[in-house]
Amino acid sequence: MSDVAHRSRQFALPHWATLPVILGGFIVGAWIVIGFTVPFWAPYDPTMLAGMRFLPPGAEHWLGTDALGRDVFTRTLYGVRHSLPIAAAVIVCAVVIGCTLGAIAGFVGGLVDEAIMRLVDVTLSFPPILLAMAVTAALGPGLGNAAIAMVIVWWPIYARLMRAQVLAVREREHVEAAIASGARPSRVLFKHILPLCWSPIIVNATMDFGQVILLAASLSFIGLGAVPPTPEWGQMISDGALHFYRWWIAAGPGLAILTIVLGFNFLGDGLRDLLDPRSK
Amino acid sequence: MLAYIARRLIAMPLLLLGVITVAFLLSHFTSADPLTSIIGERQMNNPAVVEAARARWGLDRSLPEQYLVYLKNLLTGDFGTSFRTRQPVAQDLLVRLPATLELVIAAMIVGTVFGVALGVIAARFQNRTPDNLARLFALFGSSVPVFWSGLVVLFIFSVQLGWLPGPGRIGSRMSAPELVTGFYTIDTLVAGDWAGFRSALAQLVLPASVLGWTVTGIVSRMVRASMLDVLGQEYILAARAKGAGQLRILFHHALRNAMLPTLTILGFSFAYLITGAILTETIFSWPGIGSYAVSAARGLDHPAIIGVTIVGGAAFLITNLLTDIAYALVDPRVKIGARATA
Repeated sequence: MSDVAHRSRQFALPHWATLPVILGGFIVGAWIVIGFTVPFWAPYDPTMLAGMRFLPPGAEHWLGTDALGRDVFTRTLYGVRHSLPIAAAVIVCAVVIGCTLGAIAGFVGGLVDEAIMRLVDVTLSFPPILLAMAVTAALGPGLGNAAIAMVIVWWPIYARLMRAQVLAVREREHVEAAIASGARPSRVLFKHILPLCWSPIIVNATMDFGQVILLAASLSFIGLGAVPPTPEWGQMISDGALHFYRWWIAAGPGLAILTIVLGFNFLGDGLRDLLDPRSK
Repeated sequence: MLAYIARRLIAMPLLLLGVITVAFLLSHFTSADPLTSIIGERQMNNPAVVEAARARWGLDRSLPEQYLVYLKNLLTGDFGTSFRTRQPVAQDLLVRLPATLELVIAAMIVGTVFGVALGVIAARFQNRTPDNLARLFALFGSSVPVFWSGLVVLFIFSVQLGWLPGPGRIGSRMSAPELVTGFYTIDTLVAGDWAGFRSALAQLVLPASVLGWTVTGIVSRMVRASMLDVLGQEYILAARAKGAGQLRILFHHALRNAMLPTLTILGFSFAYLITGAILTETIFSWPGIGSYAVSAARGLDHPAIIGVTIVGGAAFLITNLLTDIAYALVDPRVKIGARATA
């Protein structure tokens, strides 16, 4: 979308503000605002009876009511208060654990490197959802356990990324100069190598955000994540599948997942376009 | 190159052993007692029944002992017995494998056809409206949760319009075809059953489209990038100078060469298809490995969970290996020595 980028430059927007980035940022930003403010303006309580059961969408209930007479619109809005914090926690934990181990593997090398990277290989040998399902089934259903499972699924990706970065940066001349001038290894790592390793990690984390939200909802849909009456999107869609002919029960949470994941994918796509000229 | 392939092949059994070990350990460090799902909650207070069940399922032995027995049995193709179905897990999986394969292959065809078409359109109209629309369509595919889009298409095309049948592998009034390959679309043809074939095919359309849509984006992005690469080369200019038509250049000259790198992405999209198959099968009551995995996980059926996880891991490992080798063979610029150490 370089014509868009080109046009936006005429309006003196910064070069990263392409249409996908602006659109993605707007969607994600809107959901974040909803997440923080919804208790102050939501029309109903997300877990309490709000009207008759199975009311179709109308003026009173914009997205109808579910099997227990709860307002689907309200529950959909509240859903973001589960999905976003969980996704953020999973990404942060995976990045911290993965980058620490990856940096150690790349910087120390030898047996430590071997041990860490073989662990990474084995973990990445599983299809993500199967591993997440097996871990959650072992720990017991629940959003917290599903989050732990997703960290276990995601950390190796960052370990691999960070190790490759450290290995590449380690060969640069300024690092050699630092070592030659007698800097301690920890100083070399923290001051001279790590600061140059972050940009691909940040882009990857942005793109993974949407995927984590999808996987978390999938686990809840299967019945391994959130437990009722939590207004969680995957759980609500599983409810909607039970009452298939009342289509509106699943419509709200489905659209919610679609928009927020789309938002993160727009952001990630835009960032990748900026960094990878091949995809232009 | 040979050294790289050899090294990857040697690593395979080790990785597989790692997968088996992790899967085994996972299902044994569980918070819930598997006995509950074997004998039911009521009998848990009956010490005699608990003891007997423990001995019957080998749960009274130490963990390393159980692990060694499990490994030994695996070598003979024995995955243990499912707590729920009381059938050998290997048999359960074998019966369900063709259903999953049929769905995944059909989805792969849908994803490839649409992905290539969108990729070609996007490259032809680079950075213009059709390009942006194609990218948007593909992006939607990787953003929509399949367990919801499945419900939506079922509601629209099956309930409202009545164009396509509801969930299941074959029409409810038909009987399953005699087992030859396990693919209903092929088996009905073998049996010469046209009505059955039409029914099996119609049943396949919705789940395969929903699942295929999820990988359309991956394929079209790859096709677009390699088409743009190829279209910039001199022999395309030569073909234009010779007066070749627009379509002939796109399909005859460019797409052929752009397809090579695209083939490798198909292996990569397999990961997405496995994820999607688990959820799609659940929505469409498709009797494959995915829906088996879901009921196993819900019912704390440990032998079944380990079995599915190992089979999924093995399939994943093999596809990744084939993809990497194909990639290296297709693109000599890839320095595979460097990839192997990564």
